Amino acid sequence: MSEKIATRVAYGKALLEFAPEHPELVVLDADLAGSTNAAVFGNAYPDRFFDMGIAEQNMISVAAGLATCGKHVFASSFAMFSTGRAYEQVRTSVALPRLNVTVVGSHGGLSVGEDGPTHQCCEDLATMSSLPNMTVLCPCDGFEMRLAVKALLEQSGPAYLRMARLATEQFTDAIPGYTFRIGKGVTLRPGKDVTIAATGMMVSMAMKAAELLKEQGIDARVLNISTIKPLDHELLLQAAQETGCIVTTEEHSIIGGLGAAVASYLSETCPVPVIRHGVPDRFGRSGKAMDVLDYFGLNPAGIVEHVHKALALKKG
Amino acid sequence: MKLDPLSLAAAQHRLTALDMVFQAQSGHPGGSLSAIEIVTLLYHEILRVDPTKPDDPDRDRFVLSKGHCTPALYPALADKGFFPKEDLKTFRAMHSYLSGHPERGYIPGVDMTTGSLGQGISAAVGMALAGKMDGKSYRVYTLLGDGELDEGQVWEAAMSAAKFRLDNLCAIVDVNGLQIDGPTADVMPIEPLDQKFEAFGWHVVKCDGHDFDALRAAFAQAAATADKPTVLLAQTVKGKGVSFMENNAGWHGKAPNEEQYRIARAELEAQLAAIEKEVG
Ligand SMILES: Cc1ncc(C[n+]2csc(CCOP(=O)(O)OP(=O)(O)O)c2C)c(N)n1
Ligand SMILES: [Mg+2]
Repeated sequence: MSEKIATRVAYGKALLEFAPEHPELVVLDADLAGSTNAAVFGNAYPDRFFDMGIAEQNMISVAAGLATCGKHVFASSFAMFSTGRAYEQVRTSVALPRLNVTVVGSHGGLSVGEDGPTHQCCEDLATMSSLPNMTVLCPCDGFEMRLAVKALLEQSGPAYLRMARLATEQFTDAIPGYTFRIGKGVTLRPGKDVTIAATGMMVSMAMKAAELLKEQGIDARVLNISTIKPLDHELLLQAAQETGCIVTTEEHSIIGGLGAAVASYLSETCPVPVIRHGVPDRFGRSGKAMDVLDYFGLNPAGIVEHVHKALALKKG
Repeated sequence: MKLDPLSLAAAQHRLTALDMVFQAQSGHPGGSLSAIEIVTLLYHEILRVDPTKPDDPDRDRFVLSKGHCTPALYPALADKGFFPKEDLKTFRAMHSYLSGHPERGYIPGVDMTTGSLGQGISAAVGMALAGKMDGKSYRVYTLLGDGELDEGQVWEAAMSAAKFRLDNLCAIVDVNGLQIDGPTADVMPIEPLDQKFEAFGWHVVKCDGHDFDALRAAFAQAAATADKPTVLLAQTVKGKGVSFMENNAGWHGKAPNEEQYRIARAELEAQLAAIEKEVG
C-alpha cells in the first residue's frame, strides 16, 4: 500500500507522461477538465488540448472527426455525461466507424456522492459494453490506470475508460511483476471455495472481504477484472470450474455490467451460481460518498454477505 | 439609494446558502450567490405558487435548469413554506430529502428534476406547451447558467419555444461570465447573446441581475410580450457578496473551510446588519 490516489488523478499524470512518445494524442474535455484531470495535460500541451465547453455530444463527434485525421483522442467528462448525454454520438460517430477515440468517464458510480442521482452513473459499463467494437476498461487503482492509458495508446479502436472520484489505496504497484493487458484479468489472491470477481474500486474491498472470509474458514479467490469487454473468458471459466461459484462486485448496476457479463458467459459454458453484488435496480441518492456506498451495501461486509448466498447455492 | 423591501430576504438567503454549503462541505456557492436576487424575487413576487397546494394545476412553474444552484433555491422554497427552514441544515446529507440537485417528487415545491445542464429549459418548454394546449393562464419560468448555454439542447429548446409561440415562457440567464474551467469567453464564447436569442425568435431583455427594480421591470416586459418567449439576460457577479468568491471560477463548486467560512460569514452578516439597520 503506497499512497492514496484517485484513478482520475493517475489519468492526468499518465497523459502527461506518455504525451511525448505519442504525438498523435489529443485530449478534449467539456468544462470539467479540472475534475477529470485532463487539465494536467492541457496546461502542458495547450496545442493538443481543446475545451469544448458544456457540450458533450459535440465533443464526442468532434473527437471522431479528429480521429479520422489520424489523431488518437481521449475525450473526458463525468461518466454520466460522456457516456450518457452523448450515448448515440459514441455509438454512431465512434464505435460504428471504429475510430481511435477513448471516451473517458470520471466520477463513475455512486461515489460522486453529494451530487446525487443526476450525477451518479451506474449504467456506463452497461451502455458502453453493449456497443460493438468497444473496449471497456475500469482500472482498480492509480498504478493500473497508468498502465491502462499506456495500453490504450498502443492499441487502436474505440474504447471506454472509467475513472473514480475517490482517492483509494494504490496496491497493484506492490505486487511483483504486476502487468496489465487489455482483455486479461489478474488473480490477486488464490482460493478454492469461492471466487470474487471485482472491478474498479470494489477490487480492494474484495481483498478485504477475502480477509474477513478467511476468519470464517472460507478460502476466497479474488480476481481483478479491469477489462469488462472483452471479458477474460479463460480466467473466469477456470475460476468457475475450480471454485464452483462466483460473486461479482462492482460500483455499477447489477444490470448490464460486470455481473451480467460474467453470468451470461458462464451460463453458456459452465453454469455455476453467479451472485451479482452491485447497485440494485434503483437510482442512487445524495449523501457523502462513503455513506451512499454503505447505504447500498457496497463494502466488504456486503461482499461477504453475497459470498454466503453463493456458497449456499453451490452444489456438493 | 432607496432600500428595496426584498433586500433583507436576499441577504438572509445569501447567508443561508453559505451555511448550507459549509455544513455539507459540498455544493456550489458561486452560481448560487449570483442568482439570489433572481430567485428571491421570483418566489416573493412573481410566481403564483401556494405551498399548501404544490400540485395545483394552475400554479406557475419554475425550473432551475442550472440545477447545481440549490443553495439559492432551497432557502426560497423554505421561506415560502414548502418545507421547514430547519431542514436546510440537512442539505446533501444521506438521510435528507434536500439532495444536491433538485428532484421532482422528492422535494416539495420542485417542479422538475435537473442537474444535467440543458435539460431544464426543454422541460419548461413542455410545461408551457401544455399550458397552451389546456388553455391555462399559468406562466413558466426557468433559470439557466451562461455556461449552460454551451449545450446544443438549449438552442433546440429555444427554437421550439419560438415555433410554438410560447409567450407564457420566460427564461432567465444568469450571466455571471464564468463556468467551471474559467471565463465563458475562454471556455466557449457565447456572445452576442442578445443577437443570438433574437435570431432564435425570442424577445430579449437585458438587466442587472442584482437590482430588484430592474428585474421587476424585465419580468413585467416578459409578461406583456405576446406571441414569443422572453429571455432575461441578467448581468450578475458570480459569488456575489463574498469578496474572495466574487468573479472567481475556483468557487464554482467548492465548500469553504473553517477559516474561509468565518470570513465569508462575517462579510455577509455585515451586509445583513447594514440592511437591518436601515429598515429599522
Ligand atoms: C450535461 C452536464 N455537463 C456537465 C455538467 C457539470 N457542470 C455542473 S455546473 C457546470 C458549469 C455551469 O456553468 P454555468 O451554467 O455558467 O453556471 P453558474 O456559473 O451559474 O454556476 C458544469 C460543467 C453538468 N451538470 N451537466
Ligand atoms: Mg456562469
